[in-house]
Amino acid sequence: MAGEQPNANLADLLERILDKGIVIVGDIRVNLLDIELLTIKLRLLVASVDRAKEMGIDWWEHDPSLSSRASREEVSDGQGSSREALEEENRRLRERLAAIEEHAGDGADGATGDGKSTASKRSASTRKRENSD
Amino acid sequence: MTDSSDTAVYLYGVTRGLDPAVLGDSPGVAGAPVRGVATGDLTALVSTVRLDEYGEEALRANLEDLAWIETTARAHHAVVDRAARVAPTAPVRIATVYHDDERVSQVLREGRERFGTALDRITGRSEWGVKAYAYPEDDRPAEEAVPSATGGGSGPAGAGTAYLRRRQEQRRRRTEAGRRLSERAQAIDAELRVHAVAVRRHPPQDPKLSGHAGTPILNVAYLLDDARVPEFQALVRDIDERSPGIGVEMTGPWPPYSFIETDGA
Repeated sequence: MAGEQPNANLADLLERILDKGIVIVGDIRVNLLDIELLTIKLRLLVASVDRAKEMGIDWWEHDPSLSSRASREEVSDGQGSSREALEEENRRLRERLAAIEEHAGDGADGATGDGKSTASKRSASTRKRENSD
Repeated sequence: MTDSSDTAVYLYGVTRGLDPAVLGDSPGVAGAPVRGVATGDLTALVSTVRLDEYGEEALRANLEDLAWIETTARAHHAVVDRAARVAPTAPVRIATVYHDDERVSQVLREGRERFGTALDRITGRSEWGVKAYAYPEDDRPAEEAVPSATGGGSGPAGAGTAYLRRRQEQRRRRTEAGRRLSERAQAIDAELRVHAVAVRRHPPQDPKLSGHAGTPILNVAYLLDDARVPEFQALVRDIDERSPGIGVEMTGPWPPYSFIETDGA
């Protein structure tokens, strides 16, 4: 028999022990609802996020620079003014980018990129994707 | 001795062909001794517990208490684990409590077929956990060096442009990295599951509970024939070694918690 587990990791243990195993009704009525609630609570603790279940991962959600939800929270707790300035600047940049993109038009592929416009274009199209989701 | 009206019988699991003597006198939940209640070829592993801890009201309160749950879960697991190492053992959900041994026997008799099916499925097999973690070497901010390609000089917009572009580039890279990690997690699972009798995916664990530094990308339980365990372990090590930026860990043997349902599947 392979390795002993004198002290199994609590998360490993709880995810196995709480809602798995044979479920038979005992004489002492543990309100099933209580166990379900408990299971849900602990599952929230054990599991990261629902989406992680489907995706397998979700870590970018928690990075403030990547998650719009997170950055909104960040705004609300301080650094307000520099953040606002930055957002205002972003707004203006969006307009500029939109204008540039329009100028570049569909034929832009042929446009001899001076590095500047291709870079802008990439930003603009990234932005489009971002806005659409 | 306590009056039997103050006590009840806590059930850990059901085994087949187990000599309860092998459990020795290691205590179960609440420090109580563990014993067997045999009916036919099935043996229920039980402890006598006090109603002031395992009665209806007490349980309701205790199940709200994570420290109590942990202690009880560990004790429950210790008993099931000892049994599972020597005989096929079907764990029962935590906090299943009966009035007395006679009721436990009755449950064994009535559930004979169901327990039999569950035990057949796990005989000669054990559960193994495999978790994979990603370590953040992949998203080092190195390529922040998409330097100011935008002739950043253009007045006050420069800093914002750079910031915006950096953010977008980071986002793109992270999303891409996330997608790649998902794929790699799927690939690891695909490589492993062909060796298993059954597979059950668990959600990735919160690092707060697991205390693990990496980002969890895979958490799967595999039911393995005991004979195939060494080969499986070698494969896990091999995958771990040839996966840069990803750590693969294996835990077990576990009692077959994840493979015990008798309904449905």
